[in-house]
Formats: sequence, C-alpha cells, structure tokens
Amino acid sequence: MSHSLPTYPDLEPPRGFTQETLAWAPWLPPLPEEEFTPLHWEALVDKGRAKNPYFALLARAPEILRERTKTDNDIFYSTEGGLPRAERELGATTASRVNGCVFCASVHSRFATQNSGRRDDVQRLLDEGVKGQQEPRWRALIDAFEALTSTPVRLEARHLEALREQGLDDLALADAIHSTAFFQWANRLMLSLGQVQVSKPA
Amino acid sequence: MPADVLDTLVGITEGSPVDLIRRRRPVTRDHAQGSWLALFAPEVLGTFLLKERYAVSLFVVAVSGDSLAEGFYRAGLLGEGGGDWAGALDQAVEAGRTQGPYGRWAHHADLAAEGTDGLRYRVTADLRAKLGVRLAAALDHAHLLVFRPREASQADLETLLDAGWSATDVVTLSQLVAFLTFQLRVAAGLRVLKESIR
Repeated sequence: MSHSLPTYPDLEPPRGFTQETLAWAPWLPPLPEEEFTPLHWEALVDKGRAKNPYFALLARAPEILRERTKTDNDIFYSTEGGLPRAERELGATTASRVNGCVFCASVHSRFATQNSGRRDDVQRLLDEGVKGQQEPRWRALIDAFEALTSTPVRLEARHLEALREQGLDDLALADAIHSTAFFQWANRLMLSLGQVQVSKPA
Repeated sequence: MPADVLDTLVGITEGSPVDLIRRRRPVTRDHAQGSWLALFAPEVLGTFLLKERYAVSLFVVAVSGDSLAEGFYRAGLLGEGGGDWAGALDQAVEAGRTQGPYGRWAHHADLAAEGTDGLRYRVTADLRAKLGVRLAAALDHAHLLVFRPREASQADLETLLDAGWSATDVVTLSQLVAFLTFQLRVAAGLRVLKESIR
C-alpha cells in the first residue's frame, strides 16, 4: 500500500558518533501548522518548536508530548542540588551511545562537553564506547548508566555503592537514574520516527 | 486522582526516604505521572483503544523482565476487558524475551563492525490469528523499539499503517513504548536506591 510518506533520496548519513551538529528528518508527515489547535500549541511548551519537524510530528499526540517535554526539562534543567548538569548529560550520552542513537548522542555529548570542559573524555565515550578509559568518577557513572540502559535492567546495589564512594548523595543518585532513564524514551522516538543526517548549510 | 504509578511499581510509601527524595523533584514527579495519565487516561483517546494500550504495555514490560510492572499492566488489561488476549500475549512474551540492546546500523559506515545480531521477533501466524493483525503489528514494532531501536526504518512505519494504524496512532504507539522503557527504568533504579537506604 502506498502512503505517500516523505522520502530523502539525497540523504547523507554521518559515518558514526560525533559531537558535530546533525539534522533529523521525519518519516511521517508532521502536523501542519494550520491544523494546530490550542491543545497542540500548549503541547509544544515552546511555540518555536512548531517549525521543528521532530516536535511538529510528536504534536500529533499533544497530551503525551506536553508531559514528555515537562518531564525532560525538569530532569535536565532543575538546579537545586543533585547531580551536576554535565553528568546528567553524560547519562543521556551514555544511553544514546549504548542504544545507538547517533543524533541524540551528538546533541547531548555537546552539552556534556560544554558543561564539563572535558571534550576528550566525552569523545572517547563516543569513539570507544562505554569500555573506553575514564577517570574513577566518570567510570562509576558510565558503568551505572550502561547497566540501567540494558534490557533487562542490570543496575545493582554495587553500582550505587561505587557512586556513593565518588561523592553522590541520594538526590544525585536519583538524578542519575532519571537522566539515563529519560534517554531510553528519547532515543527510541528519534531512532524510529525519522532519520539522522549530516547538517547542510542553509 | 489515581495513585502515583511509580510509587506503586516501586512500593514507595508516604514519608519514606525514597518518597522524600522524589518530592525534592516535584516537577519531575508530577509530569512522570502526567505522562502516564496522558497515555492511560487521556482527554482525547482517538482510535488507539485503552485495551490495546494495556496489551502493548503488558508485552513491553514482560519481555523486558519487570515482573512487578507486568502484574500492574495485566490488571489494567483485565480491567479494560482484554482478558481474551491474555493467553496469546503470554505466549508472545515467552517467545520474545531476550537481552538488549542489539542490532545493526544500516547507514553509519564506521559502526558496521560494532553491529550485533539478536532475536528479530515476529508474532507467529497462530498468535496473529488470536490477537488480530493490528495488535500483532504493534507487538512486532514494540519488540523492535525495546531491543533493537537502531534498526528501525520507515518500512516499519509503513507496516503499521498497512495494519490499520493511522499516522497519529503510530506516534502515540511510539510514545507509549518509549515511555514504558523510561518508566520501568525509573522504577528499577528507585527499587535499588530504596534497598540501598535501608
């Protein structure tokens, strides 16, 4: 059956994981802006996202988009204590690396680098994967993030003990869990509703 | 208001240490619950029935190995009158259980050597007859998203459209499966955290 879905014959996929800026193209038609109701506009949270094909596609199901975005924003941007932003982004990057989402990994590895100043360590995670060399704190974090990303989940008490030894308190542990868990959600949407491509100059 | 689902899945009681930790991130707590409500008690249900949502959810959490969540979503399925699907769903779960993530990237040259193979599950003809083409296609897609999302392609979305899912239904189904992979990890992580505080 033909469904007249968008196609991208000139697609240029990136060769692998990168901190460079990438683009993403949807496999289903986004909701046209003229069909947006107040519920759809509210669901975007940030109205500028109507021009973004990912959010305009997700706007087809507005209630879950609204709740998804508010969950996402608080997990990554809440500022009262807990895990530093750079290490929440490391959780997002590790989940994306393990699940294989090149687009998500590009965005969140950049955020991890910007917030930590540790471009080489972040790049090693992309290049060599979760087994690449890291100093003890990031080692303990990446091991826990990977265990939580596995299906079935393999996270155990020893992972949290190792993180406590690195100075994480209960709230930081909860933040580590939430940031990595959220990217299970994000990776699967990005990987299954469209495709990543090299960003071309406008 | 229904009880907080993550509290239910973890066994968190009011005033307990993990309850107090969750309440230090009230926006996350509220919208994790809000996400569940948006999927299971939406203002606009559309054509993706609650019975179908619970059936997909039971399959996702059970193949992922979360027995506590399995009990929760099985009760939901029965509550929506989906008991006639339960036996076939259990057989699908038995055949679909594995360990992930795995899979091969179709488009990234430098990752070719890193790709791995694993179960590429499809509902059998026998179970397809019991569950219907529409639900069976959703289970095939859910298994793809849970275990090998890197292999997802536009053809997989066309398969769903062919099986009677609208474009909006496909988005909601994708959100449902993806949300569940989040929910069961928050639950699993908080269970380990809870034990570590005792």
